[in-house]
Amino acid sequence: MHRKPDRLSCSRTRVRIMSVRAGRGAALMALVLLAACQPAVLAPRGDIGRADATILLDSLAIMLAIVIPTILAILAFAWWFRASNARARHLPEWAYSGRIELMVWSIPLLTILLLGGVAWIGSHQLDPATKIASKTPPLNVQGVSLDWKWLFIYPDQRIASVNQLVIPVGTPIHFSLTSASVLNVFFVPQLGSMIYTMNHMSTQLNLDANSAGTFYGQSSHFSGDGFSDMHFDVRALPPAQFAAWVTATRGAGGALDAASYADLARQSTNVRPFTYRAADPLLYQQIVTQQLPPGPGPATDRPAQTVSPKPER
Amino acid sequence: MLGKLTWSAIPFDQPIPLVSAAVVGLALFGVLVWIVVKGWVPYLWRDWITSVDHKHIGIMYCLLALVMLLRGFIDAIMMRSQQALAFRSPGYLPPDHYDQIFSAHGTLMIFFVAMPFVIGLMNFVIPLQLGVRDVAFPTLNSVGLWLTATGALLVNLSLVIGEFARTGWLPYPPLSELAYSPGVGVDYYLWALEISGVGTLLSGINLVTTILKLHAPGMTYMRMPMFCWTALASNLLIVAAFPVLTATLAMLLLDRYLGFHFFTNTAGGNVMMFMNLIWVWGHPEVYILILPAFGVFSEVVSTFSGKPLFGYRSMVMATMAIFILAFTVWLHHFFTMGAGGDVNAIFGILSMIIAVPTGVKIFNWLFTMYGGRIVYATPMLWSIGFMVTFTIGGMTGVLLAVPPADFMLHNSLFLVAHFHNVIIGGVLFGAFAGYNFWFPKAFGFRLHEGLGRAAFWCWLVGFYVAFMPLYVLGLQGMTRRMQHYDVPAWRPWLLVAAAGAGIILVGIILQVAQLVVSIRRRESLRDVTGDPWNGRSLEWATQSPPPAFNFAVLPNIHGEEAYWGMKQRAIQQARLGDEPHYVDIEMPRNSPTGFICAFFATFMGFALIWHIWWMVALAAVGAYATFVAFAWRDRDEYIIPAGEVARQDRANRHARSEAIARMQAAP
Repeated sequence: MHRKPDRLSCSRTRVRIMSVRAGRGAALMALVLLAACQPAVLAPRGDIGRADATILLDSLAIMLAIVIPTILAILAFAWWFRASNARARHLPEWAYSGRIELMVWSIPLLTILLLGGVAWIGSHQLDPATKIASKTPPLNVQGVSLDWKWLFIYPDQRIASVNQLVIPVGTPIHFSLTSASVLNVFFVPQLGSMIYTMNHMSTQLNLDANSAGTFYGQSSHFSGDGFSDMHFDVRALPPAQFAAWVTATRGAGGALDAASYADLARQSTNVRPFTYRAADPLLYQQIVTQQLPPGPGPATDRPAQTVSPKPER
Repeated sequence: MLGKLTWSAIPFDQPIPLVSAAVVGLALFGVLVWIVVKGWVPYLWRDWITSVDHKHIGIMYCLLALVMLLRGFIDAIMMRSQQALAFRSPGYLPPDHYDQIFSAHGTLMIFFVAMPFVIGLMNFVIPLQLGVRDVAFPTLNSVGLWLTATGALLVNLSLVIGEFARTGWLPYPPLSELAYSPGVGVDYYLWALEISGVGTLLSGINLVTTILKLHAPGMTYMRMPMFCWTALASNLLIVAAFPVLTATLAMLLLDRYLGFHFFTNTAGGNVMMFMNLIWVWGHPEVYILILPAFGVFSEVVSTFSGKPLFGYRSMVMATMAIFILAFTVWLHHFFTMGAGGDVNAIFGILSMIIAVPTGVKIFNWLFTMYGGRIVYATPMLWSIGFMVTFTIGGMTGVLLAVPPADFMLHNSLFLVAHFHNVIIGGVLFGAFAGYNFWFPKAFGFRLHEGLGRAAFWCWLVGFYVAFMPLYVLGLQGMTRRMQHYDVPAWRPWLLVAAAGAGIILVGIILQVAQLVVSIRRRESLRDVTGDPWNGRSLEWATQSPPPAFNFAVLPNIHGEEAYWGMKQRAIQQARLGDEPHYVDIEMPRNSPTGFICAFFATFMGFALIWHIWWMVALAAVGAYATFVAFAWRDRDEYIIPAGEVARQDRANRHARSEAIARMQAAP
């Protein structure tokens, strides 16, 4: 820097740089602290999850750049201007300054302008319905939330599973999701975005996993007494193993048709994972269009005995 | 004869609610017996139950809030301990009980703690700050209070007769529809909120009218204290938003009682309509709560810094901006419903924009402190605690307004941490600041400072210990309302959170102790002058507690900070102004309308819940007859003679003259 800057703009720049640095530093520190305990949302295992987490951390950093200096200023002013400090300036009538007014309106406004841009781009690029660009054709999975378990139908493979989701690594997964009864949310924290499941409606979600592993999945919207057991394991397998799993699944278990579905749709809780060797590819459509009626709910107004959790697993 | 009500409605098999209800019942019975034995019934009836004095109604609102805070906090302790225990085990609360507890906790804390607390403070303070003698509709005010109490009573009745809703604090259909919740729990919720919602609306109409139409001479809008402005915005929001809540819940009632299909799965019902409608009320609701708290902080920070509020016009603008924007952001409560990029982005950005006026407010309080001489009394401690805590809560709120971040955090414990961060750190801290600040005005003696400070530190530390772990848990993917869980990584954080709830419990015990100790030592804590904090607005111009007529003579206002100006003049001239000419004052007569009306409303709500139709009809006739009787009253005012007014005012002038003399004597 050759030009000699005047003192004011220099100190202003320094303040700005310092606050941005403080924000970044704090975000980094928070990140390190969090990485130590491996929070699922910040340890993504898929492209969507990573993009969501990046936006989350960027937004946090942008805001911390303002929030940390503000908090420090609150504490500093509160301490310095204590009644017992005779050295502090005393301005008992001072209540207006145009310059400060301009600043206090423009700082939050500029921050929001920046953050609004992030939100605009992010919510378009990461809209759950947006297909993931990939050379590999997507795998279609139809998810149905029932009282209180998850049904996953693989329409192209014509198989289905309950309370477990098996997916191939490196393949985009296109989910169509609905509910057989009340609202639920389909959420696998390590894979990214969640979305509601609603009866008579079909929501779209695109996710992928880029490394093999078992991930925790759950319903993220309270759905009644059996809600706490509405979680499932997502097993991401290399493509060859996935194909082997499909073949193995076709060889065993019952068939999913209107009759066995009616059985499944009754309220039950803490259901162990199992698979169907064959699934009616039109079943999902029939659920969404209510050709198969919504789940019946409880039989009486008192919670059924089956509803209490069973600690033994 | 009794509809659905049978002996099986009383949960004999569940010891927790039964024992706790028995304890509460015995305590209530004991208090009643004590009151009767001491002969206080006539006093209670005359000065409180039938009172239409805004000060007494405000105090009763705050009392209701404090009692319900205890009840709601017991729920909170139960939830935290259940989640601390329920790792790979069912804990001690079965799902059907646990689900009732979190539903009741949210319902109580929002509708019967936060709402009555801010409404109580507004009721008490607004007419005093405006320099007038009462609110616009005193009897309506009393009706509003008692209908709110009816709602609280119904929610608590569900503890022993039947059950409460197991659907969360907002009963999302179709879970709350008859098919999936056939019990009376949702009906308790719905009727309690329908009845108390009417009460809140009446209170809102009353306060809007008061602030817009009743002023001391010279009190123009731009001379009103900040608290009046935030109260105006808050009550305008009540008037605009509460009918939406009442209508939405009425639609759900029609579904449940008459087989309509507004929100059912079948026959064309649409659950998404419920989500939209409930949040069209629900988001303004949080500003209804926080705006009065902002007003309290504006008064407190300015008073204890010994300075006028920085950027008054800016603050008015920011308040009204929040009022308008409050109605434009409801969709951010369900970004994860798949509305698409455009809709999500627009609502996300609109939500963030609210952070601008809110940020302005934080900066203006900051610069109010600049150049001040800050006195660390309890209300100021709550305010500093608020400014730091609320800044963090606001930041996490804006983070949730970024749709892709919300796609990971929606409904998680991160969200739970966020809204407790703003509601405890904002609304509750504000209510406590106001409680400590205006208590001497209401009762004529201060609250004990040492215990107040200790309570503040317990609350502050307890809050951080209880809720910061929830942010981490949210990032770990833990969703809310889980009765048990299997993920080992969550457990340590839930244990820490439970410990935090324990620290808050100590804070609450200290607050109870503060109240008890202050009452016992009231003579040494007495506020003689009516101006214990060196205040700046008109409520400090009258004695503590204020007389029924508030001001012997309505003050003439010559600028912002009306009372500060008068006080400076008096100090300069070393004497008060000349004694005014006292005249007779007309005040509204007491009326039992509110109490009787709520009495019938309680029976009507109970009968509707249990389908006891003859009782519904009887109670409806009773409530209607009460109104007719009130409408046909022929005397609605009484006269306070000039002599009595003079006697009370001279006592206060004497105390103030002595205070000025003391000030002159000191160097």
